Amino acid sequence: MISGKAIKYGNNVNTDFIIPAKYLVLTLDPMELAKHAMESLDPLFFKKAQGGAIIVAGRNFGCGSSREEAPVALKHAGTKCVLAESFARIFYRNAINIGLPVLECPGVSNKVEDGDELAVNLEVGVIENRSNSSTLQATKLPAFIMEILNDGGLIEHLRKKLK
Amino acid sequence: MNITEKILAKASGKKEVSPGEIVNAKVDMAMVHDLTGPLSVKTFRKIGVKKVWDNQKIVVDFDHLVPANSERAAELQRVMREFVKEQNIDNFYDIGRGGVCHQVMPEKGHVRPGELIVGADSHTCTYGAFGAFATGIGATDMAAVFATGALWLKVPSVIKVNVEGRFQSHVTAKDLILKIIGELKADGAIYKGLEFTGPIVRNMSIDGRMTMCNMAIEASAKNGVVEPDEITLNYVKERTNKPFQIVKNDPDAEYEKILNLDVTNMESQVASPHSVDNVKPVSEVAEVNIDQAFLGSCTNGRIEDLRLASSFLKGKKVKDGVRMIVIPASQEIYLQALQEGILEIFLKAGAIVGNPTCGPCLGGHLGLLASGEVCVSASNRNFVGRMGSPKAYVYLASPATVAASAVTGKITDPRSMET
Repeated sequence: MISGKAIKYGNNVNTDFIIPAKYLVLTLDPMELAKHAMESLDPLFFKKAQGGAIIVAGRNFGCGSSREEAPVALKHAGTKCVLAESFARIFYRNAINIGLPVLECPGVSNKVEDGDELAVNLEVGVIENRSNSSTLQATKLPAFIMEILNDGGLIEHLRKKLK
Repeated sequence: MNITEKILAKASGKKEVSPGEIVNAKVDMAMVHDLTGPLSVKTFRKIGVKKVWDNQKIVVDFDHLVPANSERAAELQRVMREFVKEQNIDNFYDIGRGGVCHQVMPEKGHVRPGELIVGADSHTCTYGAFGAFATGIGATDMAAVFATGALWLKVPSVIKVNVEGRFQSHVTAKDLILKIIGELKADGAIYKGLEFTGPIVRNMSIDGRMTMCNMAIEASAKNGVVEPDEITLNYVKERTNKPFQIVKNDPDAEYEKILNLDVTNMESQVASPHSVDNVKPVSEVAEVNIDQAFLGSCTNGRIEDLRLASSFLKGKKVKDGVRMIVIPASQEIYLQALQEGILEIFLKAGAIVGNPTCGPCLGGHLGLLASGEVCVSASNRNFVGRMGSPKAYVYLASPATVAASAVTGKITDPRSMET
């Protein structure tokens, strides 16, 4: 079970918002990247995400570049999970690959307010909103993606398989 | 099956695939550049495999921050040069040897019809212009490809875009793809493929088809593709001796939907700040004053683009107070433009001509924007902060519109200007 406070954003949150290209030379230092996550969209993001947060967003979250630094920066800032109406596919793969859970959840932007306390059960795709005592059903992750997440990301998963 | 499905079936050793199916596909070529390469390499090393799966199928190209614009960029490039040496990667294009990766890949013969190509860059979808399946992936996926040569992929459903009519003078492939993105919207092709067809696309040059497929990602598409024909083969056969197997649509190919467009009455299109789908006819944004005009990038830095833009600048000057930056997409294009006298036209007009690089397109270097500044750009993204200050404004347009606007100092309908 993943739990945390919702930090809410709108549609089409692109990778230049998540981490501008000028910081990509910090590639090899994820904590440095994290400090700049979302800075032009939400300068307080890093502070808010510390200790664990769940990002809730609209359609096409993570659109734009293939930069894996985007989910890396969010994860290292403290993001435990991203729930969105839909994801841009490269961001979606990148997030799974680095072990950041992402769930497609139609209707989530209407049913969660900024700051709501959420609990996410990844196995079944159920989101409990403890602030208004409601539950939401997300699209369940396929078994092979759950395996990758449970191993902590694609690299750990591959290491296991290649042994 | 349609081309996208057929290439995915071929790559995964299956007779047939259908949308939604997850396949394990073999990769024919994999490309990384100086900005996504270092994380791919760092991640590859964690897998514990010593050698890449096939050092002839990997391309490393330097284009994003070249020549190195900072000490950190220089260090990252050193990491990549060491990796290239260690793995004996022949297809390495250092500065002065290549240019923007999506131009260099086909130019150097690494893109062939019917193949499956992945690149650690979102605009990898450009290679669909040659009848290949090509898509962008991240660093960890690339590390896995380096180790295994394969990747899981979900077979996308495909939207067919059928384009008819006749282009007006100075209206280009860029205007068409902007129009299509405006119709589909930024998430209109999410998890889907786009296939471009119809008489307009059949008569379009390779350069134009590349511009179209390049921007498929801006509607969030997984790939963009054009069925290969004689135009494709004429280009590819000059660039590679390697055998390839052309893949065409079956007569009963299925699509999720068909979008029909007629370009006959279409004027030049412009994507206004701050999203690529905020597309309007140029007449609706004309008169917006500009500080900078940028011609270049993997979208519009090709020879046709430079020729077209130069026709607006011949014997004219870039407006006082406006900076024009021209960046040919590759060393080959740079040389061709030099030999054709095009660079002279730009230089005499007061434009600056930079070395092949992504440059200001991604806010890297060579022409970033200050707060409050406005740029009309032939590149592909106008997101907040993309080209510098988060308080700058980027309008995406065709090379013709960019050049015409550079002359007048405000966004200008190229049809209104004599060339």
